[in-house]
Amino acid sequence: MNTAFVLFALIVLLTLAITWWASKRTQTTTDFYAAGRSITGWQNGIAIAGDYMSAASFLGIAGLIALNGYDGFLYSVGWLVAYLVVLIIVAEPLRNTGKYTLADMLALRLNEKPVRSAAALSTMAISTFYMIAQLVGAGGIIKLLLGLDYEWSIVIIGVLMILYVVFGGMLATTWVQIVKAVLLMTGTILLSLMVLSQFGFSIVEMFNQVSVKLGQDFLEPGKLYDNPLDNISLGLALLAGTAGLPHILIRFYTVPNAKEARTSVVWAMFIIGSFYIMTTFLGFGAALLVGPEAVAAEDKAGNMAAPLLAQALGGDFFLAFIAAVAFATILAVVAGLVISAAGAFAHDFYSNVLRGGKASEEEQVKVARWASVGVGIVSIVLALLSKDQNVAFLVALAFAVAASANLPVILFTLFWKRFNTAGAVTGILTGLISSVVLVLISPNLMEPEQAIFPLKNPAILSVPLGFLGAVLGTLFSREQASAKRHTELFVRSNTGLGAE
Amino acid sequence: MSEASKQSTKVSSSHPDYEKIANSTEFRELIRRKKRFIITSTVFFVLYYFALPVFTGYFDFLNTKVIGAMNGAYLFALSQFFMAWILAIVYVRHAGKLDLIIDKIIRKHGRKRK
Repeated sequence: MNTAFVLFALIVLLTLAITWWASKRTQTTTDFYAAGRSITGWQNGIAIAGDYMSAASFLGIAGLIALNGYDGFLYSVGWLVAYLVVLIIVAEPLRNTGKYTLADMLALRLNEKPVRSAAALSTMAISTFYMIAQLVGAGGIIKLLLGLDYEWSIVIIGVLMILYVVFGGMLATTWVQIVKAVLLMTGTILLSLMVLSQFGFSIVEMFNQVSVKLGQDFLEPGKLYDNPLDNISLGLALLAGTAGLPHILIRFYTVPNAKEARTSVVWAMFIIGSFYIMTTFLGFGAALLVGPEAVAAEDKAGNMAAPLLAQALGGDFFLAFIAAVAFATILAVVAGLVISAAGAFAHDFYSNVLRGGKASEEEQVKVARWASVGVGIVSIVLALLSKDQNVAFLVALAFAVAASANLPVILFTLFWKRFNTAGAVTGILTGLISSVVLVLISPNLMEPEQAIFPLKNPAILSVPLGFLGAVLGTLFSREQASAKRHTELFVRSNTGLGAE
Repeated sequence: MSEASKQSTKVSSSHPDYEKIANSTEFRELIRRKKRFIITSTVFFVLYYFALPVFTGYFDFLNTKVIGAMNGAYLFALSQFFMAWILAIVYVRHAGKLDLIIDKIIRKHGRKRK
C-alpha cells in the first residue's frame, strides 16, 4: 500500500499548493465567496462537474450497477437530465440577480430579514446532510483502502477541507474541484477502456456476456426498486433537487456574467454526461470481472466495485490511483459544501440579518472564515457520531430538501408576480419540514413493514407540499407584493442590467 | 467589483428605469420568445424523462432485446443523455439569439454595471 500513500500525499501537496497560491489572492468578500468572479465559463463547467460528481457518483453508482444491474443506471440518468432545469430555468437569472448566495435573489424583491433567515436555514440543512453523507462514506473508504481508522480518516479529510476554504476561499475550492474533475475523468476513462479491451472493444459483446453470465434480468429494471413509485419519486428528487443544491448554485457567482454561467452549465453537462455513461462500463465491468458476490463481500453497499475493478485490471498501482482519485473527489465536494454553508451563515445570517448589512469588508471576510471553521468542525463531529448510519438516506434527504424547500421558492420568485415574503418563508419551511419528517417515518429509518410512509424518497409528496406551502403562505397573508420590486427583479433577471 | 460589494444589497441609486424597460417593445419581445422556449422545452424534457421510470416500472415492453443482449430499457436510458445534450445545444443557440435583443435593450436603456 506504499504506492497509495505516495499518490495520496501527492494529491494533498498539490491541493495545498493551490490553496497557498489562492490565499494570496483572497482579500475581499467577492474573492472569498465568488473567486473574484474571475473564473471563465469552461473552467467553471469543469469545477461544477468536480463539485457534483461526488463519492456517491463514482463509487456508489458503479456499486449499484455491479450489484443490481440496470436499476443503478437510473441514478446516472436523473443526475444528468436535472441539469436541463439548471441550464434552462435557474442558472442565468440567478447569476443576474445574486451576489453570493441564493438568498440574494430572494432579498431583491422580498423582505430581507425573514427570507434570508429561512434560506440560510435550508442551505445549512442541505449542506450538512450532504456533507455528513460524504464524510461518513469517506471514512469507510479510506479505512478499507489505506487501513486508517475511521476516526482518523474523518479528521484528516475534515482538516484539509477547512484549510482549503479558510485560506483559499472559493478560488482554491474551484481549482481543487477542477484538478479533481480531471483526475476523476482520467481514471474513469482508463478504467472503461480497460474493461472494454476485455470484450474486444465491443459494448454489445459486454452486454451479451452480462446476459450469459448474470442472466438477462440483470439488464432489466426492477432488481433494486420493486415499487415503481419509489423510482418516480427518486427521479423527481434528482430532477428538482439539483437546481436547489446550494453548493451548485453558488458556483454561478464565480463567473462574470449570465452568458458565462450558461457556457459553464453546458460544459458541465458534457463532462457529467460522459462520466455517467461510463458508469455502465464500471458497473457491468465489475459485475463481470470481479463478480457481484466479491464486490458485496468487501462492502455490502457495493462502494468498492470501482476500486476492486481497478485492482483486477491494473493491479495494486491502479488500485492506489483509483483510491487517490476517490479521496480527491471527496475532498473537493466537501470543500464546496463548507463554503456554501459558511456563506449562508456569514453572508446571509450574520452580515445581513444580524448586522443589517453594516459590517465592513474585513469583518465580513473574517466572519466568513470563522464560519467555515465552525461549519467544518460541526460536520466532523456529526460525521464521527454518524459512523454507523446508512449514508443513502442522508443523500436522499439533501436532494429532497433542495427540491422541496428551495426550488418552489426560486421558481415563484422569478415567475410569480403575486408571490410575497410570507409565501417564501412558509414555502421553505413546509418543504424543509415535510421532507425531513417523511424521511424519518420512511423505510430508510424504520423497518420496511412498519414504515408509515412507504417510499424511500419523499420528493413525490414533499415537493408538491413545498409548492402548496408557498402558494398558501402568499394567498393567506395580507402583505402586498411590491410591484415595483418585482418589475426590477424581472428586468434584471432577464437582462442582467444592474448585475454585479 | 469590490466597490459594488461595499454597498448594501440595495441596487445603486443610479439604476436604470426598470418600469420603462419592462414596458418597452424589445423587452416584451424578449420575454415572449423566452417564455415560449422555456415552456415547450420544459414540458418536453419532463415528459421524456418521466417516461423512463413509468415505462420501465409499469410495463415490460422495453425489456425486448434490440442489439444483442442490449434491450430497449438500456437504450431508452442512454437516449436520455443524448436528449439532454441536444436540448442543451438547442438552448444555447436560442439564447445566443436572445442575447442580441438583450444587448439592444442595454444599449438603449443604460449601461451594464461591471
